[in-house]
Amino acid sequence: MSLVEGRVVRIGDDVNTDLILPGQYLNLTTPEDLGQHLLEGYDPEVGQAIEAGDILVAGRDFGSGSSREQAPVALLARGVQAVVAASFARIFLRNALNLGLLVFESAEVAADCATGDHLRIDAAAGRIARLEGGEFAIAPQPLFIRDLVGRGGLVPWVRHRLEDGT
Amino acid sequence: MPLTQLHSIDRPERATPRTMTSQILEAHGITDLRPAAYGLATCDLVLLNEVSGAMALRSFEKMGATKVFDPDRVALVIDHFVPAKDVRSAELASALRSFAKRMGITNLWEIGVTPDAGIEHTLLPELGLVAPGDLIPGGDSHTCTYGAFGALGLGMGSTDIAAAMATGDVWLRVPEAIGIRFDGAPAPWTTGKDLILRYLAEVGTSGAVYAALEFSGEVVSDLGVDGRMALCNMAVEAGAKTAIVAADSTTLDWLADKPTRKAPRLLAPESGAVYETETVIDVTGMTPLVARPHSPGDVVPVGDLAPGTKVDQVYVGNCANGTISDLRQLASVLEGRRTAPGTRLIVVPATQAIMRQATAEGIVDTVLAAGGLMSPPTCGACFGGHMGILAAGETAVATTNRNYKGRMGSSGSSVYLANAYVAGAAAVAGEIVAPDSVLGG
Repeated sequence: MSLVEGRVVRIGDDVNTDLILPGQYLNLTTPEDLGQHLLEGYDPEVGQAIEAGDILVAGRDFGSGSSREQAPVALLARGVQAVVAASFARIFLRNALNLGLLVFESAEVAADCATGDHLRIDAAAGRIARLEGGEFAIAPQPLFIRDLVGRGGLVPWVRHRLEDGT
Repeated sequence: MPLTQLHSIDRPERATPRTMTSQILEAHGITDLRPAAYGLATCDLVLLNEVSGAMALRSFEKMGATKVFDPDRVALVIDHFVPAKDVRSAELASALRSFAKRMGITNLWEIGVTPDAGIEHTLLPELGLVAPGDLIPGGDSHTCTYGAFGALGLGMGSTDIAAAMATGDVWLRVPEAIGIRFDGAPAPWTTGKDLILRYLAEVGTSGAVYAALEFSGEVVSDLGVDGRMALCNMAVEAGAKTAIVAADSTTLDWLADKPTRKAPRLLAPESGAVYETETVIDVTGMTPLVARPHSPGDVVPVGDLAPGTKVDQVYVGNCANGTISDLRQLASVLEGRRTAPGTRLIVVPATQAIMRQATAEGIVDTVLAAGGLMSPPTCGACFGGHMGILAAGETAVATTNRNYKGRMGSSGSSVYLANAYVAGAAAVAGEIVAPDSVLGG
């Protein structure tokens, strides 16, 4: 998990979960169905153009608003490898960490990268490199989060606890 | 419990004075109370609805969980797509019902099935299931509404809720606490809604990310429980993790006749409690506010809007402002008046109990006589689900909490957020006007 490389799709500030996955689709349940409507509220064309392996780069407060886990599920369903944002809203960040969607905070990446750039994210080394030039540092994750993500997210983390009886 | 016993939750040794948030976290097992520390907190109640729930049930199964930590401390509310709007929604509800049966959960509510039912965040307090001092994670971002009762409501996603059901605890990052005191006397026709809109005007939609907001001041003490719910409900619109108002005699009086009586753990900030920031907002003379499309943080006094903003739909309801107080405010504007030609009025009491009360008080008649419609309690159009979706080019005034692009329907529609007086005035005038232009100053 520590090395990820992919094409950048750059989106703007304040992309809330309604824009990522509009409320009218909350009656859908399969990741595939949800993935079809990714970013439809933001810009359907941008959503449709996302390809498996892409890295989404967003601005400020990505994922604000509704707690709908359907939003990160839709990102995962479409094969988005990671989201780098200038900042994340709280519930979205939790959901992403719980689901094993890679998320990194970097105002520099958000400021400097454009759609079509390519990033190589080395989480272990705390570095994001732009293949077109430029390198950015990412802050190390707190221990608790590293453990959660390292175990593959909250489902395996809880399964482990239930098995251990802790 | 008499108010003279208002005290902090006991702990063995005295250390740093604690905020309300810290006291509740500590009482629920968090030992390192420094902001940004991580820990596991025990839950008094875990809430899910059919939208977060159906997904949570799958995570629950994948976790290998076979039973919930305590069937009496899990609450299931079918409220988003009710009455079921299509086959898929019906199946979400059905999944929740069969889960309740399998797990022996009796806390299951659905309109048309149980006399008490409605929108989760208004319903659970009404049932007495939210007590001061509680820590309650819910699979809905507006779980922060429980701050109105001196409880910590934590909005989370489906997998978090699945974990909470399986283990009885949640992982959390200790929030920074922000103290916000409202001073001064606002102008007539303002409510709890205007206080939180005013705060949003100050800090914007990411001004309090991950923080816990602790509201105080005479204006807040003077608010009823309904106004406090409106205040706490939109804390998440500033990015906050939660919000809280100290429980007082208003809270205890309100809870006194509720079906479930839980022992309240009353608390107030300890003297000298340290906040990340402390803000005083002077609301002297504040007139009703509106949040303009498409952000809850784009707030201006209603009188500052350019005149002539036509309104196609007025929506009074949701977990922020579908209380009996909101309906009374609306009715006071509608009484003896008609809705403007071409303007739709949709009124959604948050719960069946509020519907009964509104019927008894003649509010339902007033709405119908004015030309409006009464909807059953549902999250409905607030989140763009059903029961009042907007077409492209349409404008709505809503007492809801989000006016994001496309939130209530077409991405070409526009939503203004406001209190129920402003909503009522818009229904009568057919455009956004100050309530006193209808009611007289």
